Amino acid sequence: MIRVEEKLFQNRYRVDAGRPHIHIGNPDVCAYGCKSKPCTVCCPAACYTQEGDGRVTLITDGCLECGTCRVICTEHRNVQWEYPRGGYGILFKFG
Amino acid sequence: MNEKFDAIVVGGGPSGNASAYTLAKAGFRVLQLERGEYPGSKNVQGAILYSDALERIIPDFRDDAPLERHLIEQRVWVLDDESCVGSTYRSAEFNKPPYNRYTIIRAQFDKWFSKKVQEAGALLICETTVTDLHMDGNCVVGVKTDREGGSIYADVVILADGVNSLLARKAGFRPELEPREVALAVKEIHFMPEETIHSRFNISGNEGVVIEMAGKITQGMVGTGFLYTNKESLTIGVGCLLSDFKKQSIPPYALLERMEAHPVIAPLLAGGEMKEYTAHLIPEGGYHSIPPIYGDGWMIVGDAGMFVNGVHREGSNLAMTTGRLAAETVIELRTENKPLTSRNLARYREKLDDSFVMKDLEKYKRLPAIVERNPQFFTSYPELLNRAAHTLIAVDGVDKKAKERSIRKSFVASRSRLGLLSDAFKLWRAFE
Ligand SMILES: Cc1cc2nc3c(=O)[nH]c(=O)nc-3n(C[C@H](O)[C@H](O)[C@H](O)COP(=O)(O)OP(=O)(O)OC[C@H]3O[C@@H](n4cnc5c(N)ncnc54)[C@H](O)[C@@H]3O)c2cc1C
Ligand code: SF4
Ligand code: SF4
Repeated sequence: MIRVEEKLFQNRYRVDAGRPHIHIGNPDVCAYGCKSKPCTVCCPAACYTQEGDGRVTLITDGCLECGTCRVICTEHRNVQWEYPRGGYGILFKFG
Repeated sequence: MNEKFDAIVVGGGPSGNASAYTLAKAGFRVLQLERGEYPGSKNVQGAILYSDALERIIPDFRDDAPLERHLIEQRVWVLDDESCVGSTYRSAEFNKPPYNRYTIIRAQFDKWFSKKVQEAGALLICETTVTDLHMDGNCVVGVKTDREGGSIYADVVILADGVNSLLARKAGFRPELEPREVALAVKEIHFMPEETIHSRFNISGNEGVVIEMAGKITQGMVGTGFLYTNKESLTIGVGCLLSDFKKQSIPPYALLERMEAHPVIAPLLAGGEMKEYTAHLIPEGGYHSIPPIYGDGWMIVGDAGMFVNGVHREGSNLAMTTGRLAAETVIELRTENKPLTSRNLARYREKLDDSFVMKDLEKYKRLPAIVERNPQFFTSYPELLNRAAHTLIAVDGVDKKAKERSIRKSFVASRSRLGLLSDAFKLWRAFE
């Protein structure tokens, strides 16, 4: 098992506590409408997790702001994606 | 802030910096907005810097730009699970100044470029996300930000906001990206002593080596890997079409981890200390994916306009060139006293068509579709090549003619004679 948390641990973030910049539109669509749930596999920071009951939870703290989850949700367009407020989010030292 | 500027540039990457620098140098009142804490703090690149594009903007950049190594050697590796077939091009020509290509560390490079932009007279405001364009009918007249007081106005807004370009999509200038139009790349930086890098790559001083890779490392997806030498670090990364990630269901970090464990790659990284993990999309749709890039009061430059040459792994140079040409168009029109309307800004597109940017993208316009429909270039062929090399090189009592026969057979078995022929034709058509 590769633990992406160990990788993310090396990064610097300024988390906008209580103001996530990405939202799932309708959670029921993820749970019952979306079979493959690609966001839970393809997010490079593993922000999306599939729970035992089929629901998908999103925690954006480790987000790398790549845009993958928004682009990949083609069938349902269920990701509401904005950039964090200016100055917040990932802070690359090297990039 | 209810001031009006000559131009607002959204984004502090290479395209935005090129635009803002060129305009400010010409005496224009430029406001540049960047959402990161500093320009570069949101940006990711391999990173190879191509001198030519920057030289046309800042001729003496070598005096103080944060350059890591100048490249004297390029390797291309085709990897199987256990092995690798490759080519190396190393030349003393590349070791003579002025050097042609450098490795850079993007966050540091963007900061440096931005300092030049501010010295040229542009006003930069960081930690400010532009949330919307301010429209007057069809015409862009300014931007709205997430700061108090909201709107700022200008004669022209240059969108240099990168591959996701939320602004262009919100304004309806372009549709949402398709998963097949972008690659997702993940990347790490590993630090190690300079001497270790010198001995592992057979280099000294500021000489550098880059390795481009294809084959089993992408686990059947269309994509490539790379490993670049910096002064005291290596960057290693892999990028594949997002449509393939979706189809194959492979977590990107697992792909990278597995690539780093490859028996040919692992020894180069051994002992290094991983200090950052990044991810970013790369426009890969080529010529056909370029959206409208100008209109009344607005222009699009860089990744936001999908200006990346995936074949040659060029992006930042297209970003700088489109950024510069957009600015030069504005300067010319202003000198001629012409308004910045869609009709007049069409000159930007003409300039691009005349430049290497469109000429190169047009040359490879068939490639994305061909690659999409023919994954064997990234799956069967690497394996076949590696097996062929192994068959030829291993000394095992089998005569050479029999070996050649078995190699030929393995290719035909996997692709058929006609398949091989048509693949050759497709490649020729794509690169002709
Ligand atoms: C892994 C990887 C390797 C690469 N390797 C190479 C290489 O070796 N050589 C090469 O030439 N190219 C390479 N590229 C491509 C190159 O990085 C891009 O083409 C280039 O960065 C594009 O520059 P840009 O200025 O258009 O966009 P970006 O560099 O993405 O800059 C966009 C800027 O806009 C800001 N921004 C976005 N939205 C807003 C907003 N709403 N408000 C305020 N600010 C905003 C962002 O914070 C960012 O600073 C690589 C790319 C990747 C991902
Ligand atoms: S891909 Fe979209 S619809 Fe499917 S689980 Fe993810 S967010 Fe929900
Ligand atoms: S933007 Fe990228 S890193 Fe952030 S949640 Fe979406 S896929 Fe994950």
